Amino acid sequence: MTEPVRDTDSRADRVLDDAVVAKVARLARLTLTPDELTVMTEQLSGMLEHFRDIDKLDLSAVAPMAQPLPLKNVMRDDVVQPGLDRDEVLAVAPAAEDQRFRVPPTIGFVE
Amino acid sequence: MVPRFASVLDIARDIREGATSATRVLEEHLSRIDAREGEIHAFNLVTRDEALASAARIDADIAAGKPVGPLAGVPIALKDNMCTRGVPTTCSSKILEGWKPPYNATVVTKLHDAGAIVVGKTNLDEFAMGSSTENSAFGPTRNPLDTSRVPGGSSGGSAAAVAAGFAAASLGSDTGGSIRQPAALCGLVGVKPTYGLVSRQGLIAFASSLDQIGPFTHTVADAALLMEVIGGHDPLDSTSLPNAAPQLGVVLDRGVEGLRIGRVVDMPSGSEPEVLARLEAAFAALEAAGATVVDVRLPSLEYGLTAYYLVAPAEASSNLARYDGVRYGMRVDAPDLNAMYAATRSAGFGAEVKRRIMLGTYALSAGYYDAYYGKALKVRRLIADDFAAAYGSCDVVLTPTSPTVAFPFGDKTADPLAMYLCDVFTIPTNLAGHAAMSVPFGTGAHGLPVGVQVLAPALGEETMFRVAAALERAS
Repeated sequence: MTEPVRDTDSRADRVLDDAVVAKVARLARLTLTPDELTVMTEQLSGMLEHFRDIDKLDLSAVAPMAQPLPLKNVMRDDVVQPGLDRDEVLAVAPAAEDQRFRVPPTIGFVE
Repeated sequence: MVPRFASVLDIARDIREGATSATRVLEEHLSRIDAREGEIHAFNLVTRDEALASAARIDADIAAGKPVGPLAGVPIALKDNMCTRGVPTTCSSKILEGWKPPYNATVVTKLHDAGAIVVGKTNLDEFAMGSSTENSAFGPTRNPLDTSRVPGGSSGGSAAAVAAGFAAASLGSDTGGSIRQPAALCGLVGVKPTYGLVSRQGLIAFASSLDQIGPFTHTVADAALLMEVIGGHDPLDSTSLPNAAPQLGVVLDRGVEGLRIGRVVDMPSGSEPEVLARLEAAFAALEAAGATVVDVRLPSLEYGLTAYYLVAPAEASSNLARYDGVRYGMRVDAPDLNAMYAATRSAGFGAEVKRRIMLGTYALSAGYYDAYYGKALKVRRLIADDFAAAYGSCDVVLTPTSPTVAFPFGDKTADPLAMYLCDVFTIPTNLAGHAAMSVPFGTGAHGLPVGVQVLAPALGEETMFRVAAALERAS
């Protein structure tokens, strides 16, 4: 690893460490083994170092572009149409009961 | 060089005119699959029985004098991230293994309506994340032109299927180059249409503001026909443009006289010399055909990689949140819901998918959003503005498709960034939402094919295909 470029702005304190990566994994609902965590921290840090190339650009007057075309929200007439076949959908679900998806308890457990 | 298999147009004409039958054509393709698929691994699934039944129906329709579609009897392969009703669709991920979608993607319906025969679902980098098809949970695909090398990715199976003669054409998806780069590495034509020109309904989402479906073919004319079949407005995709499918077959003979071809003077470095030599030969060929080469600047191009590898993982981390073990795919049981989510996702996703979900989740998380995702969106604007300025003085831009020819297995798997650099020339188009295609134009190192990329503004497909056809005539 090359020494991180220390910017004068507030990003200097954002070098990744295992604790940050572990928190991101929790947010993403991923469980990483200790080895995976080490590799992930190293790889993500390397990428983020590379991505600092855009820090030299003056973006203060640039409007963000979330998607390419000037699309507007699309509305169509509210006409009843057949939906997906419920049996066909539930047949490929991991677990179903009483015509619904079945999941483990959502309350009563503390993380 | 790439073996010359029959074109889509020739196959369709011969079947329509009774010179051959859909069944005979399909059997020829299936026999090539039988001979080489074990070595190539282009497919996750070959739908042999369904294909034979479809071919028999086409033959019966033709015998009965019924009108048939423009692709009647043409064997076509689908990237395994396009939903096919009742037929497993995996995205080459363990998390979707065995899942049978309850509906067809719009492009699948359009292919069926045009009479095409779907021969199978092709291998890809898991969830289309990769540039070599080495990230598939079901093993890599090999390049039919040199089986010690990758076919490119992420649509490597779709490219290999056409290059090996397993299908006359195929569909892939292109988020940052996943059609054009494997097309270049396998010696094929590959098209990334303008964002919104082809419906994404039923394409399993990777990065929704970048994804687009397009064809792999042996010829530019075949690609034009495929575009006419799969393009056009779809009310089921809210990002679908209102435009009808472009009519591209009729423009191919119009030549390039008077067209202005952009040469990027500040192009990112790192390409193989043989690749750059082919690009120069392409400029010369177009000049000889009456076009003018003009210098253009795209100063933000070099930042495309950073913008893309923040935007795409951010969108992916959101899109892939749906794989939670509830509605489809695998589930790893756990005592409560949150533990089930984490257990399922940790077992179901491969390393590259996890890496991108982590990167995207980080880029979107509180405290880092402005510094990463927010900045990347601004760089995206700069890149689109650069293209807009360039297209003020030229009609299309030519670059290499890939900095290198097909590389050996394992060459770039140890360093994710090295793999990401494969996409340096293809990524900017997706960020801008423009059209681009790769056209085979001779060979480079090791006698392997080189692709030249033709970039055009949004809805610039007509001009793009004219240039592609001129390059094909000159190659």
